[in-house]
Amino acid sequence: MKWDEFFVTGEPMIYAAMVSIVVVSLAIPIALTYFKKWNWLWTNWLTTVDHKKIGVMYILAALLMLFRGGVDALLMRAQTAIPDNGLLDGQHYNEIFTTHGVIMILFMAMPFIIGLMNVVIPLQIGARDVAFPRLNAVSFWLFFAGAMLFNISFVIGGSPDAGWSAYFPLASLEFSPTVGNNYYSIALQIAGIGTLLTGINFLVTILKMRAPGMTLMKMPMFTWSVLITNVIIVFAFPVLTVALALMTLDRQFGTQFFAMQSGGMDMLWANLFWVWGHPEVYIVILPAFGIYSEIISTFARKNLYGYKSMVVSMVAISLLSFVVWAHHFYTMGHGVMVNSVFSITTMAIAIPTGVKIFNWLFTLRKGKISFTTPMLYALAFIPIFTIGGVTGVMLAMASADYQYHNTMFLVAHFHYVLIPGTVFGVIAGFHFWFPKVFGFMLNEKLGKLSFWFITISFNVTFFPLFILGLNGMTRRMYTYSESTGYGALNMLSMVGALGLTIGFIILVYNIYWSVRYSPRNIKGDPWDARSLEWSTHSPVPEYNFALIPTVNKLDAHWFAKKEGKPLATGKYEPIHMPNNSGLPVIMGAAFFLWGFFMVFSWWIPAIVLGVVILGTLAYRSFEKDHGRYISVEEIERTENALRGEQHEN
Amino acid sequence: MKKKWIALTLFSITAILLAGCDNPLLIFDPKGPQARTLSSTILFSIAMMAGILFVVYVLYTFVLVKYRASKLPDDYEPPHEEGNKWLEIIWTTIPVIIVVILSVITVSSTSTVEQKSVAYADQKPVVIYASSSNWKWHFSYPEEGIETVNYVNFPANRPIEFRLYSYGPITSFWIPQLAGQKYAMSDMVTKIHMSADVPGSFMGKNSNFSGKGFAQMEFEAQSLSDADYKEWVNDVKTTAPKLTEDEFDDLLKAEHVGRKTYSSNHLEFRPAPEGEHSGHHHGGATSTDDQHEGHEDMDMDMDMDMDMDMDMDMDMDMDMDHDAH
Repeated sequence: MKWDEFFVTGEPMIYAAMVSIVVVSLAIPIALTYFKKWNWLWTNWLTTVDHKKIGVMYILAALLMLFRGGVDALLMRAQTAIPDNGLLDGQHYNEIFTTHGVIMILFMAMPFIIGLMNVVIPLQIGARDVAFPRLNAVSFWLFFAGAMLFNISFVIGGSPDAGWSAYFPLASLEFSPTVGNNYYSIALQIAGIGTLLTGINFLVTILKMRAPGMTLMKMPMFTWSVLITNVIIVFAFPVLTVALALMTLDRQFGTQFFAMQSGGMDMLWANLFWVWGHPEVYIVILPAFGIYSEIISTFARKNLYGYKSMVVSMVAISLLSFVVWAHHFYTMGHGVMVNSVFSITTMAIAIPTGVKIFNWLFTLRKGKISFTTPMLYALAFIPIFTIGGVTGVMLAMASADYQYHNTMFLVAHFHYVLIPGTVFGVIAGFHFWFPKVFGFMLNEKLGKLSFWFITISFNVTFFPLFILGLNGMTRRMYTYSESTGYGALNMLSMVGALGLTIGFIILVYNIYWSVRYSPRNIKGDPWDARSLEWSTHSPVPEYNFALIPTVNKLDAHWFAKKEGKPLATGKYEPIHMPNNSGLPVIMGAAFFLWGFFMVFSWWIPAIVLGVVILGTLAYRSFEKDHGRYISVEEIERTENALRGEQHEN
Repeated sequence: MKKKWIALTLFSITAILLAGCDNPLLIFDPKGPQARTLSSTILFSIAMMAGILFVVYVLYTFVLVKYRASKLPDDYEPPHEEGNKWLEIIWTTIPVIIVVILSVITVSSTSTVEQKSVAYADQKPVVIYASSSNWKWHFSYPEEGIETVNYVNFPANRPIEFRLYSYGPITSFWIPQLAGQKYAMSDMVTKIHMSADVPGSFMGKNSNFSGKGFAQMEFEAQSLSDADYKEWVNDVKTTAPKLTEDEFDDLLKAEHVGRKTYSSNHLEFRPAPEGEHSGHHHGGATSTDDQHEGHEDMDMDMDMDMDMDMDMDMDMDMDMDHDAH
């Protein structure tokens, strides 16, 4: 392989990206050395097993990826804003929409959700950490290794270009001969294993580590949604693991599982991909439902209406999510019978979803609604998501889908589901739980400003795409002629995309402003909220709860405040905590390098790194590490400091 | 601010409806029975969905206007409400009814568009094979023995049966004003039925992303009066060159070619993957006959296993072919 094949060349934008990557990757170590922060970074962050810090790292990485995926999106909108535009060529456009899809789903939405899950779940169930803290760190570093590996593809070797669904035979070596799709299979594999481990970890955490008295039906709705989500993860992700492994074998070892010759079945890939991919949609949306339930009941000052039917609906959605995958290829020609069965199961998802919408509306009814930033996102979610939902029912009708399939109508639909669902959800959760983690609030004025920019611009960006789809514009077209008449609406969509950009810039500026100027002396419960995480201090001490609370009903914290009775009483005892470990981050680095060598089929270094990975596993299995105890004096000192600080003002 | 938002939505919906009046959107401007069925199915579903949106938006506006903290007395304490069994049953039952109605419509409209239109039931369909290769469409007329590239002509007021397959990535064959789309894949043949009520020219395209040249993969579909169609076929047979195997291979290799017309077709030397040539999900259009002979028995087994997945028509064809041999 020659150097000019190794590095992507020929585009000014790529050169600019290379320069900025080099500058940033030099600037970081130089700054760390200059400010003598290496030790701080290593002990406080890189080796941490604290679920809150791991959660924060997930969210930071997700915000970074939101930026990357957002730039891709802007370039796509800019390219299609004008007919016959020459900003990008076909190849570049194909790479951009592929990475946009993969990054937004797998490296933005998922880690953002998992980040919030990490921060909130142990607190919400009254636990001191997750079930397997070290494994949690491994999960994070595997995700991070996968994400970084995927990202370097656009300067080294070239990005995948077969769409985020990577349909065969297009994604086979024959039609995509560059290493782009190797990045796809290897990076997703590494990150996917991390996610699967998270699934197991949180399943055990929620099932085994709840505070005394918290039965399943007394869990907060966010915990419920995460429990169900992790069941889906544990069932769905192994399918992805297998599919990607077969893809790797096809592309790099000459097998023909999916490729065209010698009996490969192209539609087998589509089936495997969507058997994972459809539940994946619910993996990113169910926790958002949980977040909205928390926020709506908090700011309507009411308990969640129809708690039981909410739980039942989520269980129903999770079951149905596994039996609808073929609706992604009604047009494959599998006949009226199969299409009808999948149409009906798909439409059936609308029933439990509808139940949830009405329960939220009835939670608001007779409430006392205050319009905080997180509440604004939760409220905007209802009408916008309903548009996404009803267009989903329209798409579910097999016959009608023959006209919508692969058009902009579909693109509009899933953005109308995923953005108000997942993106608004995680932003709302971010604003809501930010003070819990950092001990100060985000600025409300800036928060609301960015909310209005994001919400209005979102509709300006994506509503026109419904109309374009009905007018026959297919997705993934890098150019179109003026005679199609698609120009005006695409331009409108571009304007909306710029508005969204402004909204997100204000959001980032809000974080900066609040870090610098927000008052620090907030109490443990600044929103006057309902669930357990608000009964401890903000910021949360390392051990979460000095005394484990006892729960006797749903919203126990809310009722404890009402009745003036503390949730936890008794004397402090030494708290057992896990030790930090450098092993997960080393393992992540080894996986990153292994993945890189695998992508380029450089077998010898890949085998060496494989041995290193196995070595870290072997080392861990012989390691004697029983954790450490936080002494009673230290707990008293921390508690007094946190309480004292809060009494000063 | 909320009202502004609702106004925006209403404005957008009005915009579509208005757009529907003077310059109809492509899929609401059908020119054949199959597309007409789809268009009315979609319009019906839009009306039904608008009803649901209306109910949700009215409730939503009501609660937001009435129960905002700033409008309520300071000492107002929201009640504790566990839920209401009857209300929850109502908002489960109504969606169930809606889904049942839509299911009935879906099943009946799907089976309607998956076959020859009733209006032309007494006529024998014109069979045209449409195969894709990077990034063009090949149209083979087995009865007429001719072939075109990147344009297709057919008689109006006749049932047309397109048989689709691909020499490369999966593509999706779509003429929005005549019928919904269907995939063309390398290892099997899928079928799409359509008819045009009037002579005219329609936009056709591949709608499934298939690589670099995907955006240019459009073709013109033209329905002609019977006389014009006969004349065109005669013209092609007498004036166009023959399609040789070499030339066909060159065509497959080429990235973009303009319109081409030939007085013979590639089905003779490179048959479609159906019948005895069917890969039937294993084996491809590119495999030769010799390689395939040995797989005959396996094909039969696979058929039995995969019946559930397959289009019923296709299986019938397959069985008949097997009997014939």
